[in-house]
Amino acid sequence: MTGRVLMAAAMLFLLAFLASPESFASLFKPFTRNNAPAIYTQTGLMSLTLSHLGLVLLAVIASTLIAVTLAILVTRPSGREFLPLARTVTSVGQTFPPVAVLALAVPVMGFGAGPTLVALFLYGLLPVFENALAGLTGQSPQVQEAARGMGLTPRQRLWQVELPLALPVILTGVRLTAVISLGTATIGSTVAAKTLGELIIAGLLSSNTAFVLQGGMVVGILAVLIYEGFQRLEQLAAARIGQG
Amino acid sequence: MIEIQNLTRIYGTTAVVKDVSLTVETGQIAALVGTSGSGKTTLLRMINRLVEPSAGRVLIDGKDTAEIEPHLLRRQIGYAIQGHGLFPHRTVAQNISTVPRLLGWTQDQHRARVDELLELFQMEPADFRDRMPHELSGGQQQRVGVARALAARPDLLLMDEPFGALDPVIRAKAQQDLRDIQRQLGTTLIIVTHDMEEAVTLGDRIAVMDKGELLQYGPPSEILTTPATSFVSDLIGTGDRPFRLLSLTPVAEIIAEGQAEGAEIPREASLRDALAECLWSGRDRLPVEGGGIVTLDSLRAQAAPTARAAE
Repeated sequence: MTGRVLMAAAMLFLLAFLASPESFASLFKPFTRNNAPAIYTQTGLMSLTLSHLGLVLLAVIASTLIAVTLAILVTRPSGREFLPLARTVTSVGQTFPPVAVLALAVPVMGFGAGPTLVALFLYGLLPVFENALAGLTGQSPQVQEAARGMGLTPRQRLWQVELPLALPVILTGVRLTAVISLGTATIGSTVAAKTLGELIIAGLLSSNTAFVLQGGMVVGILAVLIYEGFQRLEQLAAARIGQG
Repeated sequence: MIEIQNLTRIYGTTAVVKDVSLTVETGQIAALVGTSGSGKTTLLRMINRLVEPSAGRVLIDGKDTAEIEPHLLRRQIGYAIQGHGLFPHRTVAQNISTVPRLLGWTQDQHRARVDELLELFQMEPADFRDRMPHELSGGQQQRVGVARALAARPDLLLMDEPFGALDPVIRAKAQQDLRDIQRQLGTTLIIVTHDMEEAVTLGDRIAVMDKGELLQYGPPSEILTTPATSFVSDLIGTGDRPFRLLSLTPVAEIIAEGQAEGAEIPREASLRDALAECLWSGRDRLPVEGGGIVTLDSLRAQAAPTARAAE
């Protein structure tokens, strides 16, 4: 209950702040020096937030689609031998620093949202892939046996049994990826993607802690809200299959 | 009629099923008995091709199962397993209607079928239809598992230790219900069990398997009175033999003329029940419902294998 109240409060605060940042100027004034402005006004905070969320959403959808597809392929009898390869690819995606991806992608794709999307996509593959793998392989052998014994084709077993049963675990992977991407997306502003990182970079360049704080705060609250939202979804999905 | 002809399954270099042949008549129950690793489950799974035979073939009503696509074959054969294997994300009704929906029945058809089966298994349709499997007791889950196997009115039902996860009281009831339902529907049933008691209770024929080989195949009385090998007699257990033999015959078959004191015993009760009642109440004759008596002497005679052999 208290959790729900806190979440609602955080969401209201965030919406109020994005709708009218100036009203909160006095809150950030103590973090500025030499009469610098307390609120970032170069670009509208709301539009930065929306474009930040849009980038993350696109990247998470792409990572999820590819990672789940990959997990399905390597758990089929014909694709089992590609499991080590898929593991390596997704692990490299996770360990390769996103900043390096940006640096490599810019010469090819130019400045803007493109390189950031690529970096986020690669960075987000591993959690979804590993979870989807766990969800698809860790299923009750009796349920699998019954599904085969009743004459479901492999495709029917995948769509009607395996994926629905793996859903809660897959959602956990998507949640991790979404939260990680939300934070990581800020570095996209170094290559001119429109994200909340713009505040943080502007703050760093002009030694204005208030800007850095604002950027960090918005990203932080968004992350907490998304985390909670996904957890609710996972609980619903798990309760449906009797694991709640 | 199910004809299993020279069926063999080899994994690597070991044969888990060796050249097994047996025939199950339409409407009969065949129980495959053996210890774990005897190959009984593999034999069962070769019938619906969950395991492909290395050699030999299975004919269902004269048709070679190897000529039918495996998933289409399986939709014609009911299959129930230990631990029921219900789909945890689907309601009772959705679970039961799995095969009818695969076969393209209309919604009205499979809804009616679900209600019919729930009633057959003494579960109130309005109450149980929309429950999830985890909201059922173990016995109810098991019944839904069997109902699901019977949903598309298969002529053949395969069961692999279906009662293995039930406690003894519920198990006895489940066996009785299965027997009644099987007689009512006329379904041919092949059931795998490690429990000789269950095999004797249910089977019209018992197949005893050991190390992949079929040691003996015959009616329960034959298995009990003339076991083919020492392994078969070990499996029966000499201590319980006379009682198992008595449990095969209903009281109605040995009714004699006469009068007796005390409580009546139902005609369909087994001789074992009658013996137990004699011993417990200290009587040497019991009245039977609808007239006649059974005597302790006639029970004693029935418990000896020689009496059977003479018949």
